[in-house]
Amino acid sequence: MMTGMPLLSLLIWVPVLGGLLVLAAGENRASLARWAALGISLATLALSLVLTAGFDSGTSHMQFVEMRPWIESFDIYYQLGVDGIALPLILLTTFITVLVVIAGWEVIQNKVAQYYAAFLIMEGLMIGVFSAMDAMLFYVFWEAMLVPMFIIIGVWGGPRRVYATVKFFLYTFLGSVFMLASLIYMYMESGTFEITSLYALPLGMSAQVLIFLSFLAAFAVKVPMWPVHTWLPDAHVEAPTGGSVILAAIMLKMGGYGFLRFSLPITPDASRELDWLLIGLSLIAVVYIGFVALVQRDMKKLIAYSSIAHMGFVTLGFFLMYAIVDRTGSLDGAAMGLQGGMVQMISHGLISGAMFLCVGVLYDRMHSREIGDYGGVVNTMPVFATFMVLFAMANAGLPGTSGFVGEFFVILASFQANFWFAMLAATTLILGAAYTLWMIKRVVFGDVANDNVAALQDINRREFFILSVLAVSVLALGLYPAPLTDLMSSSLDNLLNQALGSKLVP
Amino acid sequence: MQQVYLTIVLAPLLAAIAAGVFGKRIGRTAAHWSTILAVGVSFGLSLYTLIGLIQGTIEPSNESVYRWATVGGMHMEVGFLVDKLTATMMATVTFVSWMVHIYTIGYMSEDPGYQRFFSYISLFTFAMLMLVMSNNFLQLFFGWEAVGVVSYLLIGFWFKRPSAIFANMKAFLVNRVGDFGFLLGIAGVVMYTGTLDYQEAFTHVPALSGQTMEIFQGSPWSVMSVICILLFIGAMGKSAQVPLHVWLPDSMEGPTPISALIHAATMVTAGIFMVARMSPMFEASETALSFILVIGATTAFFMGLLGLVQNDIKRVVAYSTLSQLGYMTVALGASAYAGAIFHLMTHAFFKALLFLAAGSVIIAMHHEQDMRKMGGLRKYLPVTYWTSLLGSLALIGTPGFSGFFSKDAIIEAVHASTLPGAGYAYAAVLGGVFVTALYSFRLFFMTFHGKERMDEHTREHLHESPLVVTIPLILLAIPSVVIGWFTVGPFLFEGFLGSAIQVFPGHDVLAEIGEHFHGPASFVQHGVMGPAFWLALAGVVTAWFLYLKRPDIPEIIASKFSGVQRLLVNKYYFDDFNEKVLAAGSRGLGRLLWRTGDEVLIDGTLVNGSARLVGWTAGVVRRVQSGYLYHYAFAMIIGLALLLGWTLLAD
Repeated sequence: MMTGMPLLSLLIWVPVLGGLLVLAAGENRASLARWAALGISLATLALSLVLTAGFDSGTSHMQFVEMRPWIESFDIYYQLGVDGIALPLILLTTFITVLVVIAGWEVIQNKVAQYYAAFLIMEGLMIGVFSAMDAMLFYVFWEAMLVPMFIIIGVWGGPRRVYATVKFFLYTFLGSVFMLASLIYMYMESGTFEITSLYALPLGMSAQVLIFLSFLAAFAVKVPMWPVHTWLPDAHVEAPTGGSVILAAIMLKMGGYGFLRFSLPITPDASRELDWLLIGLSLIAVVYIGFVALVQRDMKKLIAYSSIAHMGFVTLGFFLMYAIVDRTGSLDGAAMGLQGGMVQMISHGLISGAMFLCVGVLYDRMHSREIGDYGGVVNTMPVFATFMVLFAMANAGLPGTSGFVGEFFVILASFQANFWFAMLAATTLILGAAYTLWMIKRVVFGDVANDNVAALQDINRREFFILSVLAVSVLALGLYPAPLTDLMSSSLDNLLNQALGSKLVP
Repeated sequence: MQQVYLTIVLAPLLAAIAAGVFGKRIGRTAAHWSTILAVGVSFGLSLYTLIGLIQGTIEPSNESVYRWATVGGMHMEVGFLVDKLTATMMATVTFVSWMVHIYTIGYMSEDPGYQRFFSYISLFTFAMLMLVMSNNFLQLFFGWEAVGVVSYLLIGFWFKRPSAIFANMKAFLVNRVGDFGFLLGIAGVVMYTGTLDYQEAFTHVPALSGQTMEIFQGSPWSVMSVICILLFIGAMGKSAQVPLHVWLPDSMEGPTPISALIHAATMVTAGIFMVARMSPMFEASETALSFILVIGATTAFFMGLLGLVQNDIKRVVAYSTLSQLGYMTVALGASAYAGAIFHLMTHAFFKALLFLAAGSVIIAMHHEQDMRKMGGLRKYLPVTYWTSLLGSLALIGTPGFSGFFSKDAIIEAVHASTLPGAGYAYAAVLGGVFVTALYSFRLFFMTFHGKERMDEHTREHLHESPLVVTIPLILLAIPSVVIGWFTVGPFLFEGFLGSAIQVFPGHDVLAEIGEHFHGPASFVQHGVMGPAFWLALAGVVTAWFLYLKRPDIPEIIASKFSGVQRLLVNKYYFDDFNEKVLAAGSRGLGRLLWRTGDEVLIDGTLVNGSARLVGWTAGVVRRVQSGYLYHYAFAMIIGLALLLGWTLLAD
């Protein structure tokens, strides 16, 4: 392990300070801003690779721990650390950010420096969320992250961006307030904000249920789970491509991460008590949202709804464990559910990012997201069409792509919990293929639909690069997920033990 | 040997990448040579493997190639199980694929998507090999879906045609309905055996055969029945069994070479192969076997009937394929797994031949597929004519031809079966023989004999197809005729497939038939005396009478029985039901959930409702801040009074 170098701090502050530098470059030097942003995001990616190289996947302990007093009067520390759950998400963040920087290259001509600064700062804050080991620090990053996203949608967004930003902000902010209250309550009980200490804090059932529900309010909005999902389609539709990518690929994952970092280990008894609620909402997300996605006419909305359905697998996988252990008495199925949820998060990050980038490619050319405005894109953009069909297949969970792995694990696990869970979850095979391929049929295939499509230019080198990097990642993870599952397994097993234990006061 | 197996699988994949990604750069010739060479290598090595296994110089193997993931203590691996069952499939798949590759040079010569086509069919060969060579459910499912995707891409190969891109989506979605069951079946296997590996899973079967699970509260179902039926639903999708058959006729929108390769010889038989591979599991559930028997019999007879009213030459062959897949399924249900695989193999040869011959006719007719505009093609297309005749004779089960041995064995097997539904199945497969002969020779006579009904321009340009087309026809005609004679004994009665197939003693119908087996010649002799032979003959004679001798009669029959005619022309209304009820219903439900659930209830009431509530409260509270001093003074007095009152009362 690299001792001495505060890697996690660097991962957070390099992009944040870098973002401020880019901002300082000013609006008159757009090209400098672009290159600086690319350099900073690449440096951050490199740092995250160093982090991975030094990471020991054999243990579930927090690694690369940093601890400094921050607000001593309230026992709040600047405390960082990563385990096998946070690390893949940090890697996803640094990886996707590089692609987003490249994706905006020629597209963003308005306030370039501010655009890139917002994304870099957001990157640092998101890494902060995934590496904070102090609940208050986590909360600060969690809320701070909203600001750059608010700006990105509000400044570079579409015509209804104000409605979308306000909805997005209020929804997510409202959820988090309850979480804050719970954190303060637990501080009063235990005198600490250290997350791992909270794992050991005994809590009565009614306290646990209230804490669980307040966490649920915060995390369910972020995931988003039905019925608090309606901000997402609006936010996606109005966000610029880069914003959509970050939103779908990373921000949604924070909800899932929250369940693993807070809900399950801090309130295990309440989780057991209320698992039916989470499973029910997840299955509704899969089925209900699947049908809703089918009838969307706006490509971004369709992909947004598809995201909600796919994230349903994440929460389903996380909360299956109690039912599985009750029915089979074995931890194996429960571990499979957790792994499935985690793999689904990473995979969805790649695939939804790729899908939004594909829509972005089309939008940059035709300035329309309406499915009905397209048709026969393959005739004029054959290379692009190949990528889009590949990502569509990945979105439909084709084996050999990453989209299959998580869903496969979760469906296998849910069968062990209850046949009907598996059956409802498996409808995604049909629904996911239906809404994705129907869109592909109407957008990509067919004869050239109109003059605008006839005038389309195939993707340029920059776009080709982004999409091929994502395509390789999606295939690599689908054909060989073992490195990812191995990286996470110790931490997830440890989590499983905590979540299956009891903290009730005797 | 693992290097050999890897080469067999990866050669077509690499060629597909070369032709697909670098197709523009390497050009048409390099694209077809690289793929043909690669598939040729695969075929050569597959044949080498098969012969080695037969002679005993190669041992059956079950090896892992790499660890895919470890989850919940379970190792999921990618690996190959190569025994005689696998090797038979490998040799059949690569041989037909190879022929189709060569044929494609001629068939697609003028198509702008030439390289792309070669890339797809080579990729298909890779996927199909992954499927048949797998030693575990994970890889099986990978191959299963991968062949589905390539099929999707190939049905929609001519992506400008609205009918093609409708058909490919339909094919994928209907298959996904099957996969839905299949994946649940795999989940069941994992839950009850704790492994994805075939051999390991099979060892758990005896212990599971008495176990039950409760799907509905209070009604215990046999675990093996549930798992097997779920797995078979997957086979129903891929092997196009009623009611999941609807995609196969529409798949004819794809170019003819792939109709031969994917939608006749190989991919559609994946379901048959899968059930045969899982024989140790299916044997444990008579319920599942009966279910399979009935589904297969229904497909065999009723889909054959639809072939009688089709006028598109490819669609007739497509319905014939459905019907023959039904025969294979019936064989599985009767526990005659070897019979199913045997028919799968012979069918692969003669059906690929019939499709490619139909393609040759289509080239000659300038892409006209309507048989009513053909006739008398015999003298223009002699090679196509004779090979078609051999293929048709094999299909209808003419004694001595390959199809005879495999089909007769199935009919006998069903006859000997004692499972519930066997009587119905026997009647269906016997009736199917007549129907098969009738539609086959209807096609044959309408195309090659009788009046020349094409227009003058087409007639002037009629000529036999080039060698790249006719040579594959001849090469496929040879096994279509002879392979049955040489392989019937070992395949069905001498345990050629060995331990790959396991049959419970009480179900072993083939062993029963085998007691009377004394070589292929006596099998033929016995066949000539059976009902099937006479039914086939009657079918041919009927076809001759109706379509050559008195071509006016079919119309009279059609108008006399217009109800039946309408039912058949509308394909029993399956498509209408799917499109008008299921698809429209799903869209309607989606709209309802979206407009009412999301927009009215959640956004309208909860979200904007909360916003309005806040706004309304603020509006009310705002009035307190009126700016008049006496309002504030009044409020202070009331507040003070309340506070005092409360303190006093609390004391």
